[in-house]
Amino acid sequence: MNPGKATGPMSQMSSPDDKKKPTKASRLDRGTRAKLGQQLRAMYDEVVSQGVPSRFSELLTDLDNNEGKQNAH
Amino acid sequence: MRIDESVRQDILGAVPGLRAFAISLCGNVDRADDLVQEALLRALANIHSFQPGTNMSAWLFTILRNHFRSEYRKRRREVEDSDGHYAESLTSHPEQHGQLELSEFRTALAKLPEEQREALILVGASGFSYEEAAEICGCAIGTVKSRVNRARTRLAELMSIQGIDDFGPDHETRAVLVGTRRG
Repeated sequence: MNPGKATGPMSQMSSPDDKKKPTKASRLDRGTRAKLGQQLRAMYDEVVSQGVPSRFSELLTDLDNNEGKQNAH
Repeated sequence: MRIDESVRQDILGAVPGLRAFAISLCGNVDRADDLVQEALLRALANIHSFQPGTNMSAWLFTILRNHFRSEYRKRRREVEDSDGHYAESLTSHPEQHGQLELSEFRTALAKLPEEQREALILVGASGFSYEEAAEICGCAIGTVKSRVNRARTRLAELMSIQGIDDFGPDHETRAVLVGTRRG
């Protein structure tokens, strides 16, 4: 198991494509970038607005309860 | 396992964003929710390695991404979803304004290379900084920037969004000239 770490040395290292300037991308005008960003957030927010499905809050509650039972025995 | 109340709140607070990220990775809501659940179980099993005071959300996103890469990518190749199913499973109100456009956007997004797609989502939608996105993806900040830029360019191409400058004034001028000639 390799849980993620909040910090890591990798981010400080340079990679081969670091030096490349975004040539084509920088030609995208502001309007195009704004439109893409707007649609990206609309798509994302559609899911975020659904909140936390009960299976996830129940999962945390169950884990908590199980521990309580184990401690009782 | 005893879950500290503040930790519980932080985890639940990250769930909506984790789901949105997972859906963009899996392309399927049900499998995305399974991915989120497995990521949460992994996180809780390793909660001792979380450093209090650091970004819980970024930590959870990292675990989810790593789990997706090690487990789910293989499964996705086995059962590849069509773009249609992806949009269908997400869209609850097809008549809603902007849904058609959004559906086109999803289709285009699904065509991006995975690394570009995740970088774009993390920076452009999840609200992570380039530095945080680099930590989550385990790469350099410059790499994230480059991936985001390439993702935007490719999306614009796929969706045939052209620069406003390309067809703004010129286009109108041409229309006026044509009209003049006709009159």
